[in-house]
Amino acid sequence: MSAYKDKDPRIHGIKTKIRVVPNFPKPGIMFQDITTLLLDPQAFRDTIDLFVERYKGKNISVVAGIEARGFIFGPPIALAIGAKFVPLRKPKKLPGEVISEEYVLEYGRDCLQMHVGAVEPGDRALVVDDLIATGGTLCAAMNLLERVGAQVVECACVIELPDLKGRERLHGKPLYVLVESH
Amino acid sequence: MRAAENGRDPRLKAISDAIRVVPHFPKPGIMFHDITTLLLDHKAFKDTVDLFVERYRDMGISIVAGIEARGFIFGPSIALGIGAKFIPLRKPGKLPGRVISEPYELEYGTDQLEMHVGAVQPGERTIIIDDLVATGGTLSAAIRLLERFQAEVVECACVVGSPVVQGECELKEKPLFVLVEPHY
Repeated sequence: MSAYKDKDPRIHGIKTKIRVVPNFPKPGIMFQDITTLLLDPQAFRDTIDLFVERYKGKNISVVAGIEARGFIFGPPIALAIGAKFVPLRKPKKLPGEVISEEYVLEYGRDCLQMHVGAVEPGDRALVVDDLIATGGTLCAAMNLLERVGAQVVECACVIELPDLKGRERLHGKPLYVLVESH
Repeated sequence: MRAAENGRDPRLKAISDAIRVVPHFPKPGIMFHDITTLLLDHKAFKDTVDLFVERYRDMGISIVAGIEARGFIFGPSIALGIGAKFIPLRKPGKLPGRVISEPYELEYGTDQLEMHVGAVQPGERTIIIDDLVATGGTLSAAIRLLERFQAEVVECACVVGSPVVQGECELKEKPLFVLVEPHY
């Protein structure tokens, strides 16, 4: 589901603020850069508002944000809907006891970590990142939350690259995005 | 300057209590101040953001620059609260497109901080946010990045910091505002 398809009037302003940078981080990748969106306070405000309007009143108790761009969108959403914010991080960044989830990259593997005790059984969780591509990172994030007994209600991203079919890697969990990029 | 000096705002105790200290992380001898526990306390997290927003909202600030990655947790909410732009300052190779880089010293070796070319216009009034200030090395690099494009750095703001350290802090005489002091 995407707000883009719902044709909310704020979507156009958001989409035009996202800058595409060709051949980053490597040749052939058209990188969707949200930093230009953050330079427009109204468009950034609208981005957050669209998520908040969707999730307020849905009893979400935790917003989990994926390092690092998920840290930009997740906390404002968490604050507005009354949820706690839990950062999901690359290895060795979180102090204290963590649980780890490995996931596959195009070449090699990576790992996402979450603090033990941050999320409790029965917590209703939202996973937030700036973009979903193949869905590998979001899938790892969902696994971390489910392993500690949380219920992942939805994954939320500003941008989806639908051609990479990340939506299909989410174990049937719903995905909500604001804009699509083909 | 500490927020505590302004007559001990009653919100500060809960904020301070919500921050946990993890000894010997990332290495022996370091008492790591972990703000993730603050983020689990919705009221305390909201109060943290509110305290910064209340301070900066009438100061004509047009840019909040946040230092990767924990500065990203606080900076955007503050920017939204005061109607400013948010600029991420990042480790090398993360920002796409044209960037400028500024080196800074670590205990062993150096690292770099990067900012997008064109994010800042000359004369823009800016605050820099991070979760914690220790030596001030990273904040100083952030100040240099912004000043290279003639931004006016009004203040550096951190959730945790020690005014005692400020004397040894290389912040180029920019004011430093912290909410709470480290627990020892």
